[in-house]
Amino acid sequence: LTLTLCFSVGQCGNQVGCRFWDLALREHAHVNKKGVYDEALSSFFRNVDSSGVKDVKQMYKINVLTYLNLQAVLVDMEEGVVNEILQGPLREVFDSTQLLTDVSGSGNNWAVGHMTYSSVYRDQIVDKLRKAAEHCDCLQCFFLIHSMGGGTGSGLGTRVLSLLEEEFPEVCRIVTSIYPSSEDDVVTSPYNSVLAMRELTEHADCVLPVENQSLVDIVNKIKHMSHSGKPGSMIKRDSTIISGQGGLSGAEKPFDAMNNIVANLLLNITSSARFEGSLNMDLNEIAMNLVPFPRLHYLVPSLTPLYTLSDVSVPTRRLDQMFSDAFSKDHQLIRADPKHSLYLACALMVRGHVQVSDLRRNIERLRLSLPFVSWNQEGWKTGLCSVPPVGHSHSLLALANNTCVKPTFMELRERFTKLYRKKAHLHHYLHVDGMEQSHFSEAISSLSSLIEEYQNLDASKGKLTPDAPRLSIAR
Amino acid sequence: MSVVTVQLGQCGNQVGQELFDVVCSDAQEGQRKTYSTVSCERFFHQTRHGDPVARAVLIDMEPKVINQSRTKAAKSGRWKYGDNSYFSQKQGSGNNWANGYCVHGPRHREVVEELVRREVERCDRLAGLMAMMSVAGGTGSGVGTYVTQCLRDVYPKSFILNHLTWPFGTGEVIVQNYNSVLTLAHLYQLSDAILVHENDTVHRICSQLLAIKHISFSDVNRVIAHQLGSVLQPVLTADSHGVYSRNPLGELVSALACHPEYKLLSVCTIPQMPSSSIAYSTFSWPGLLKHLRQMLISNSKMEEGIDWQVRVPTGSERTRGLTGSCFNTSLANLLILRGKDVYSADTGGFADPALYTSWLSSEEAFTQWKSQVPFNKYEKSATLVSNSQALLRPLDNMVGKAWNMFASRAYIHQYTKFGISEEDFLESFTSLEQVISSYSQLC
Repeated sequence: LTLTLCFSVGQCGNQVGCRFWDLALREHAHVNKKGVYDEALSSFFRNVDSSGVKDVKQMYKINVLTYLNLQAVLVDMEEGVVNEILQGPLREVFDSTQLLTDVSGSGNNWAVGHMTYSSVYRDQIVDKLRKAAEHCDCLQCFFLIHSMGGGTGSGLGTRVLSLLEEEFPEVCRIVTSIYPSSEDDVVTSPYNSVLAMRELTEHADCVLPVENQSLVDIVNKIKHMSHSGKPGSMIKRDSTIISGQGGLSGAEKPFDAMNNIVANLLLNITSSARFEGSLNMDLNEIAMNLVPFPRLHYLVPSLTPLYTLSDVSVPTRRLDQMFSDAFSKDHQLIRADPKHSLYLACALMVRGHVQVSDLRRNIERLRLSLPFVSWNQEGWKTGLCSVPPVGHSHSLLALANNTCVKPTFMELRERFTKLYRKKAHLHHYLHVDGMEQSHFSEAISSLSSLIEEYQNLDASKGKLTPDAPRLSIAR
Repeated sequence: MSVVTVQLGQCGNQVGQELFDVVCSDAQEGQRKTYSTVSCERFFHQTRHGDPVARAVLIDMEPKVINQSRTKAAKSGRWKYGDNSYFSQKQGSGNNWANGYCVHGPRHREVVEELVRREVERCDRLAGLMAMMSVAGGTGSGVGTYVTQCLRDVYPKSFILNHLTWPFGTGEVIVQNYNSVLTLAHLYQLSDAILVHENDTVHRICSQLLAIKHISFSDVNRVIAHQLGSVLQPVLTADSHGVYSRNPLGELVSALACHPEYKLLSVCTIPQMPSSSIAYSTFSWPGLLKHLRQMLISNSKMEEGIDWQVRVPTGSERTRGLTGSCFNTSLANLLILRGKDVYSADTGGFADPALYTSWLSSEEAFTQWKSQVPFNKYEKSATLVSNSQALLRPLDNMVGKAWNMFASRAYIHQYTKFGISEEDFLESFTSLEQVISSYSQLC
């Protein structure tokens, strides 16, 4: 079944995309090895035991084209990252029709990506999109992976997003956006992020915001844990969500650990559409359940467990711990505290040997401590996928539509305003053909009204909202 | 006479598969030739080699669940689904009733009608159609409603029973109350009777009565299937003259759904216990029926935590409107007894006029069916199908929650996208408030 089509744009987007492909292959190879999966599908993976690279490639191709169909288009305005991928073990996976590169980069300028390159490459992008879509017998969802701070991912990435909407308006668009840290070395990143935000708010169905700093924190936490050497706290080998062990790529590159976290997010979000389970959750159910108002579609992801301890005993308490962790601050992929903000809706996507009774017990246990908006007190969506991720017996991805994204957005607005007040670097943008100052003012007012919408919901928190008076029937 | 089952969506296809499994193994057990023949004719047709094939049409908008159900059936070795009696697509309805009802349903109308027609033509005589679905998701509820509407058009005079699984109060689908409201309001115009199982209740039965530790959907579905099976398997009725009644759906509808305002049927069964305990238990009809009757009047859907304080109001309490909020007034009840010595069982407690509304005599309101063939390993068992206030509270909750959400217009844009307007919602709310009002005035 061909369900998804993945666009990775820019350096960061392609690095993450690359980890995603690699881990997806690892996962499917793993499932087959255990022989738990359906025969028809496992036959695609028959060469997995022999370690010859050629067989793996063969498998990968079949994987891509007939089953997994994480079909992708890679776009970057410089060649570095894409060339690296092309020199690596994943090179067979892509053919030239799936790649689009330039040599000169976007110079960390949203306008260059969004205006200049999009006018040069628009037709090529649309052409690649249509060709890739032809391979999909049933296109359900687009994934766009990009970063917010730079020029290509942010500018051209959001242009690709609106092209997706123009070409296939009915196909769901889920965007994974990597937000810059506040100590970002790109000085124009606040401009780029705010300009991109407006596009995301207007053209995406769901945005999964991920903050660089949170990824760094999680990596440090896991590394600290694995070096602490406390007895009973030995981490099971290769079971961390930052590990790429067992994948095709050999040596670990600088950002791999961080990117593997995002890759795991994407793997888990697609798991229920790929594998069977007692409660399926299709990709188009995500927006349907989690987005009550069209603009408020920022879903904070959290992943648990971060690792599995090698000491395997007592399942139930660990399982419940996994559910609790999903709501704790240090498991969120943005720096946010959902427990002390307001939930509009929440999805729990569970993988592995977990039953509906485990789900019910944990929801009942946790909901008391979690503030939900008055009209959606029972705003839980759940999925059960029977195949766990590699190295784990079970895992949980929580997606929260929660007002806790507000501080991140406010901080971004503040950093933007600081630059904009002084008109710093503005001329670099206004030089670009098609770019006008109104883009800035409109982008910032779009962000402000978004913040205000979250603010209004926040204000309703804790207030006793009376039930709406029911319709009465004349007798 | 035969029943054609239409399984819709993930839930419908899972519950349906369990139902056929229960019915088939029940019919094939022991020496019960006539019973077995009637049951098989009702639910299965046979291949040239005599293997039973379910009289069912499987419909889903994605392939995984149908594949699973077909494989499970084939693996049982006892029965299977027809090779060409299913229809699946590649992409689900995304929990959106409007997507199912306005897009998927109309798009696949012809295929589905053709599949049903082929099953119907295989029946010597059609007793009716049973559509099985959940109300929470998009395919079961949306496509299910649309298909029920088509069935009503094509078979205007056949009995159509909808079996609905109501979702857990929380945690399955966030827009489940919207989907439920839209489904129920539409089905109320189309269906002859709506038989409801609530997941919350069944889950409690699994944990408290059956002592299952890690309850899976399969456990929940099997309990539903057993209760349904005990209603639908062959029985002797008052006027079937000593042979098994031929028309289960028709008899069910005429026994219970006598008024178009009242179509919601609930089911409870006694006993239900872990199979390991059955050998150590003795059952007596007076004991079982005493419990079952108290379950009815106190509205407990299982034999655990029954409120024994609730009693039937006296005539004067009733005229003064003092029936008490706990007493569950019935419009009609159908009692089904299966097992040893059924004819010695005294069912007089269910014929008490005080259980029923004043405008229907208890002879009309109470029906009983019997069979000496034991069901589901219990030497004696009783199932009560009830058209009463039992579903009033869950229905009222469902409508209330949906209405609260509607007041802030949350999620409405997802429905208008596919052509369901705010007015359509209002219409559905109005018609369900009418149903709620009717049931709550029952006395």
